[in-house]
Amino acid sequence: MQDSQATNGSATLTAYDHENPALRHHFADAQQQKNAASLGMWLFLVTEIMFFGGMFCAYLIYRLAHFNAFAAGSQQLSIKLGAFNTAVLIVSSVTVVLAVKAAEAGKRKLLTGYLVVTVLLGMTFLVVKGFEYAEKFEKHHVPGPTFNFTDKFDDNGQQIPVNPKEAELFFSLYFAMTGMHALHMIIGCGLFSTLAVLAWKGHYTPGYFTPIENAGLYWHLVDIIWIYLFPLLYLISRHS
Amino acid sequence: MSGHEEHSTHSQGFYLLIGAVLLILTATTVAAAFVNLGPFNPVVALLIATIKATLVVLFFMHVKGASEKLTGAVVVSGFFFLAILISLSLADYMTRAWR
Repeated sequence: MQDSQATNGSATLTAYDHENPALRHHFADAQQQKNAASLGMWLFLVTEIMFFGGMFCAYLIYRLAHFNAFAAGSQQLSIKLGAFNTAVLIVSSVTVVLAVKAAEAGKRKLLTGYLVVTVLLGMTFLVVKGFEYAEKFEKHHVPGPTFNFTDKFDDNGQQIPVNPKEAELFFSLYFAMTGMHALHMIIGCGLFSTLAVLAWKGHYTPGYFTPIENAGLYWHLVDIIWIYLFPLLYLISRHS
Repeated sequence: MSGHEEHSTHSQGFYLLIGAVLLILTATTVAAAFVNLGPFNPVVALLIATIKATLVVLFFMHVKGASEKLTGAVVVSGFFFLAILISLSLADYMTRAWR
């Protein structure tokens, strides 16, 4: 270790140092530094997967136990708005990969543009989510003292009674899961706004754009969580 | 840095193609929700969601073609533990009525 540092290693490191000021001295080369940053980000994302995974698991178990109420609650959600938001997030994921590509090519204006479009799409998602939440407040479908669920489960015209306590459980999980997801979206919008400003100022070069890549990984994971939330909450209880 | 070392990014057209496939799969899963497939509605919906998530992880998050294999191992282990959490919990709750 000492030997290689004294002879071969230090020469290489110095050469890299001059070429790329973003390279830290404890990495052999830029590729290794990028791999380490990406691995660290993925470790964080795995904790996020476990965090949301706990809620997904709780949802599946309670859906199993109180199927009628969960189906009735699910049918109160708008598939139209949910599908629109899914499409918005998918398009935003595309603009994120294109932003990473623009950063890699050193196109500053294009990079800033993609980051701004990503933030706008994220905000579109949040506004639509806001309208959905507002509707839940109007219908008294927000868990709490004013919760009211008189709608009966309509199946071919016949009515099946629904325990409002069980429906409240569905909406508790709905707000916990979509609320945590929306919080992640708000954080993502703040993150990408900051990156857009820094990108405009020219902080990122083809030799160093790790923050863009790692923020992109975060954005994609939040997208993936919605990819599962949409069918679980909106779609799978339309029949039976 | 010598420009193109071993970059895992794809062409712009490829990303647009993956995006289009994801949108088509979204439309498919919405359409499938309105068809009564009995117990297979959740299966179809979650299968399509898993295909979409896999596409995002492999191509948008560059896990496929990543030069660091350790990243792939971390990703797989994360989803593997999630699978253990959900499958073992449901194996318990779904079989309680049997006695």
